[in-house]
Amino acid sequence: MNRFLTSGILIAALAMGACTNPDRFGADGAGAGANAGATGVVPGSANDPTSTAYFQQSIGDRVLFEVDQSNLTAIGRATLDGQAQWLMTNSDYQAVIEGHADEQGTREYNLALGARRANAAQEYLISKGVPAGRLRVVSYGKERPIEICSEEACYAKNRRAVTVLAGGLTS
Amino acid sequence: MKLRFLSLFLVLVCALSGAVQAQQGPLRIEITEGVIEPLPFAVPSFQPESAESGQLAGDISRVVSEDLTGTGLFREVPASAFISTVSDFNAPVQYADWKAINAQALITGAVNVQGNSVNVKFRLYDVFSGAELGDGLQFSGTTEGWRRMAHKVADAVYSRITGEGAYFDSRVAYVSETGPKDARQKRLAIMDYDGANVQYLTDSGSIVLAPRFSPSGDRVLYTSYESGFPRIYVLDIGSVQRRVLESAEGTMSFAPRFSPSGQTVVYSLTQGGNTDIYTMDIASGQSVRLTNTPSIETAPSYSPDGSRIVFESDRSGTQQLYIMSATGGEPTRISFGEGRYGTPVWSPRGDLVAFTKQNKGRFHIGVMRLDGSEERLLTASFLDEGPTWAPNGRVIMFARETQGAGGSSTLYSVDISGRNLRPVRTPEGGSDPSWSPLQK
Repeated sequence: MNRFLTSGILIAALAMGACTNPDRFGADGAGAGANAGATGVVPGSANDPTSTAYFQQSIGDRVLFEVDQSNLTAIGRATLDGQAQWLMTNSDYQAVIEGHADEQGTREYNLALGARRANAAQEYLISKGVPAGRLRVVSYGKERPIEICSEEACYAKNRRAVTVLAGGLTS
Repeated sequence: MKLRFLSLFLVLVCALSGAVQAQQGPLRIEITEGVIEPLPFAVPSFQPESAESGQLAGDISRVVSEDLTGTGLFREVPASAFISTVSDFNAPVQYADWKAINAQALITGAVNVQGNSVNVKFRLYDVFSGAELGDGLQFSGTTEGWRRMAHKVADAVYSRITGEGAYFDSRVAYVSETGPKDARQKRLAIMDYDGANVQYLTDSGSIVLAPRFSPSGDRVLYTSYESGFPRIYVLDIGSVQRRVLESAEGTMSFAPRFSPSGQTVVYSLTQGGNTDIYTMDIASGQSVRLTNTPSIETAPSYSPDGSRIVFESDRSGTQQLYIMSATGGEPTRISFGEGRYGTPVWSPRGDLVAFTKQNKGRFHIGVMRLDGSEERLLTASFLDEGPTWAPNGRVIMFARETQGAGGSSTLYSVDISGRNLRPVRTPEGGSDPSWSPLQK
């Protein structure tokens, strides 16, 4: 079964086959899967429970941390429970867990802090049964913020560990 | 006539005058005594000695002046105030004319361009003593390297008047930055200490961090995400060839610095979420673990004699500075003030440690003695970070990042007295500066 790396041509073919109204492309694009066909989902779309998009949007691909901390919050653990379950179901995915820090810190320390955060998430996933061999960690320190204001509202979103899926295709 | 060797390629240095003045003359700036009033000097445009010398004669005297005024210790008396003109490098100086405009130091020079080679001569006069200060010197090189000759002239003047070591003839490796905070592009760059002659050493395809000069100034260590994970690379500046320092799968390595011998790298390695300090012999790739704790140990820097290492650790609960033997063992904590301390760098003179301090939401660059005493904060801003020492241990360069969505990073320099805070002009943003040794 093809998933998120499915070629655009295949998506187009499926969508075309399922829907005779070409305007759908204009309206929602090829990734719009809600009404894409009798089978219900477009492979790779957020409605395909085996897709990266589904993992990101429905399971939740990230956990957040308190200032200077790398211990998991209750919300973080719940998100990781979902990730672990998903990863065990979808066993052909690998994942790289990216640790990040906010800009309030020195560069080297933040690299080390991001590594602690990524590692905390990794260890939790392993404790829930995800094989260690499928997980890798990397820290970006403060190099890759997603929010750029210099306020706590942004910092809170930048102090994160993001589980980034890779692979997923056995063929 | 004496001969010395102050090589710039192959540079002939001659005493141009028999009148040798001891350097302990009255023309002297004692920097340690808190000079506020800059010393006025005059540098009449250097004399062109051939038809093709005019442009460089003007350029070189301008850079000499910029170097000196840039220290904050000197002030140029403008040419419009001059009473005398200097039309012959060898003619006697009319001291009264320079005294009248209160030029305490007078720098005269001559430039001779022949094809792509250039010869620069200069003399320094103590106007109020009515005598030359030190010997006249001359430097030869290619026209392409003219700025280095200007820096060498300014270095000689600076050293003779302040008694401090030279530093203008040096370079800075740094990270050149463009783009917003969430899409910043970084590439390694190298430039003269004053921001001239920028050359890019990598493209912006991968994140690069924290270049660090080798003691001989011919290589830099840096961290790159080229492989998808932080790894340390060593790059030869001349050939721009680089190679990775291998580390095990599943680890991250970063924060490298050379040992004073240039043969060993001290760095941080992260494994299983824990960051410790290691050394690696560059030739053999053999590594040795120096710290072994569950806390974060990073940002190591050697003492100039190579016997000790200063680093940061959060083993006490917050980032603090520690010194240990270069072979590891129990460290001694040296920072005890309020707030957090990181990125320690041992001064080239061996007497001070520069650091980044975070306290009450502000960042500072500071210096302290090796036992943590006499802490002095030199700057304060939203985010100052990553000090590096000028080769003479008098000036520190660092990066300042501004606040908010439109924030960007700029290099600054500051005297270790805390005076003379100035931006360093670079074509793009800059961070993670590393000052080279004085060039040979």
